[in-house]
Amino acid sequence: MYTTELQKNAQPTAVEDPARVAEFEARIARDEFIEPKDWMPEAYRRTLVRQMSQHAHSEIVGMLPEGNWITRAPSLRRKAVLLAKVQDEGGHGLYIYAAAETLGTSREQMVDALHSGKAKYSTIFNYPTLTWADIGAIGWLVDGAAIMNQVPLQRASYGPYARAMVRICKEESFHQRQGFEIMMGLAAGTAAQKRMAQDALNRWWWPSLMMFGPPDDNSPNSAQSMRWRIKRETNDELRQKFVDVTVPQAEAIGLTIPDPDLTWNEARGAYDFGAIDWDEFYAVVRGEGPTAKERLKARNDAWNEGAWVREAATAHAAKRARKAEAA
Amino acid sequence: MGADRKDIARYAISLGDDSLILGQRLGEWCGHAPTLEIDLFLANIALDLIGQATLLLDYAGTLEGEGRDGDKLAFHRDVLDFTNCLLVEQPNGDFGRTIARQFLFSNFQLLLFQALSNSTDATIAGIARKAAKEVAYHARVASEWMVRLGDGTEESAQRVAEGLDWSWRFVDELFEAPDAKLIEAGVAVDPASFRPAFDAAIDAVLRDACLARPADRRATVGGRRGHHSEHLGHLLSQMQFLQRTYPDARW
Ligand SMILES: [Fe+2]
Ligand SMILES: [Fe+2]
Repeated sequence: MYTTELQKNAQPTAVEDPARVAEFEARIARDEFIEPKDWMPEAYRRTLVRQMSQHAHSEIVGMLPEGNWITRAPSLRRKAVLLAKVQDEGGHGLYIYAAAETLGTSREQMVDALHSGKAKYSTIFNYPTLTWADIGAIGWLVDGAAIMNQVPLQRASYGPYARAMVRICKEESFHQRQGFEIMMGLAAGTAAQKRMAQDALNRWWWPSLMMFGPPDDNSPNSAQSMRWRIKRETNDELRQKFVDVTVPQAEAIGLTIPDPDLTWNEARGAYDFGAIDWDEFYAVVRGEGPTAKERLKARNDAWNEGAWVREAATAHAAKRARKAEAA
Repeated sequence: MGADRKDIARYAISLGDDSLILGQRLGEWCGHAPTLEIDLFLANIALDLIGQATLLLDYAGTLEGEGRDGDKLAFHRDVLDFTNCLLVEQPNGDFGRTIARQFLFSNFQLLLFQALSNSTDATIAGIARKAAKEVAYHARVASEWMVRLGDGTEESAQRVAEGLDWSWRFVDELFEAPDAKLIEAGVAVDPASFRPAFDAAIDAVLRDACLARPADRRATVGGRRGHHSEHLGHLLSQMQFLQRTYPDARW
């Protein structure tokens, strides 16, 4: 998920052999996969590292708002399902870091960039999980949005990324169904549960729409990414698809989408929806989201407090290697 | 003989409570572990333990015949009715303490479930056979980390030794005999029968880890009778919060 353009950098591009560039572009146009050993323009490599590491960071930071409810899940089955889900997200982070490493940037460098606040992750994880219904809403909406984003990336031009997406998409659709099932249960439950479910939808709806990134007319790098086929549909196209799929689901379980302007447009065969608060979006991108400080602190604390464990593992491996050599 | 369904249910509850409470503790780590890989294996162990707890507590509920299932047992009992051992409810502390706790408990649970695979109660035997495979992995990973930390850096050796020291007073409780009627009927096993195997397994890993076996001390017991540490009530208040706040809701 979380592949939207959150950092715009117009770094100068090195002068590259036009013949190689042309050959590269032709391969992309033929929908061939680019593999780690293949030649690629520096800008392609840089953009991919940024997109993939951002994606991996989002998986990892995304463990926090949901992990917040593991100890309070309301049944043994829900607890197990949530544990497995959060574990899946960690696994997604691992695959994507590994795929990104094939581009020559180490996981350590990427993780350092996250911890220092230099790298971005999806804006959605800077919102708090207040009630159990938020776990339903995240699965349904956030994983749902992630699927919209990631399914086209199974055909991304970079082979390792595309293959990671194939694996991940299967799990994401499972997460989406589980989340929807939680919401369905709550919406059909007691008055207090129904209130929880509607409140969660109210809070998560707009941030979910923002997950697709800025509107197309303010997404300057999109065209290049589309040409390189590391983005295969525009932000607004994906956002529209998400709205069209999700609105009937909300109706089916008796919840109301918090948008008075939402109407079916017969001519377009799609929903018209209200204006997104882009000021909020850009503020969250800048690191001003409600729980941005908590998320970054949690990642940094885990890393710093675990330093002695990682040092021990390294020291032990070195001792082992020395012993093996001496033997 | 004379072990009735209620006796077996009580036994299944104590087995289930061990798994439930340790699974709950490990769930607290999620997203906060020293590495992503550690995060994943801790969640993996937690997941296995919650699965075991579900099977055991559901079975206990069936045996009781009072309309309680695993969820009712997990979320609607207070401290005095939990019969897990004290070791599993101990706070996570740092990773050293978590691993020391896991190392001791998984080695115990492995031998217990291996022995219970031959229980005369077919359901308990079936659950134990499945669980023993899972726990063999838990014991292996925890033992590997004991060695890494014990034979890693000075700091890691000290931290894991402290973790071991914290947990050591709770080891004897693991070997308390359950209801004699159940042992006689072959439903339960007397853990004293595998204490030598446990000690040998622990000592072998501690040797590899260059860690000293902590000195014997007065055992702290009571968990099997509902007399717990101060920590369990806090764990339950978190785990049971939704069920307690909305007693008429289904989730
Ligand atoms: Fe994911
Ligand atoms: Fe997911």
